[in-house]
Amino acid sequence: MMRIQILGTGCPKCKKLAENTETAARALGIEYSIVKVTDINEIMKFGVMMTPALAVDGQVKVVGKVPSPDEIKKMLA
Amino acid sequence: MSNGQSCGCSGGPRLIFACSGAADVGEIADRAARKLTRDGTGRMFCTAGLGGRISGILKTTEAAEGVLAIDGCPLNCVRSSLEQAGFTAFKHLQLADLGLEKCKSPVTEESINKVAARAAEMIIS
Repeated sequence: MMRIQILGTGCPKCKKLAENTETAARALGIEYSIVKVTDINEIMKFGVMMTPALAVDGQVKVVGKVPSPDEIKKMLA
Repeated sequence: MSNGQSCGCSGGPRLIFACSGAADVGEIADRAARKLTRDGTGRMFCTAGLGGRISGILKTTEAAEGVLAIDGCPLNCVRSSLEQAGFTAFKHLQLADLGLEKCKSPVTEESINKVAARAAEMIIS
């Protein structure tokens, strides 16, 4: 199962990233779980200093922006 | 990034990578970068993370508003680390250009301030 993590403290951009990621994952038909990481100290453990960010199986794929569902599909593929 | 719960999505930081090497100039570069972070001019980031290809550090660097590399000596390890990680758009400060020669530059507040002042000019410009 693919482990997807949304890194962000809960601002609108973070929520939009979560929404787009859900859309992308559903469209791909993959088995996945999404966890929102909102604790800033946990976020920083990824080496991330800006939010929102997206991590897939522990690897950070994007930082500081909200990609479209199509762009996220490529990150999940 | 502060330890508070504020949103971290308001523009990218200006990142500073220092060589932090073993020689006197490495320490000066390191301490200048830490001073710049304390002063709020930029934010020191982990140079070792570039070499280690840590995804969070690489992606944060991609998203930064600006990047400054501070190398202590002409080996230019920070510049090389950034380039090998695929970064080309960054500014570069080498301490020899400020007259600070490796193994001949005692670590003093004066030298740290000298480097920090030049680095601050470069970051802001």
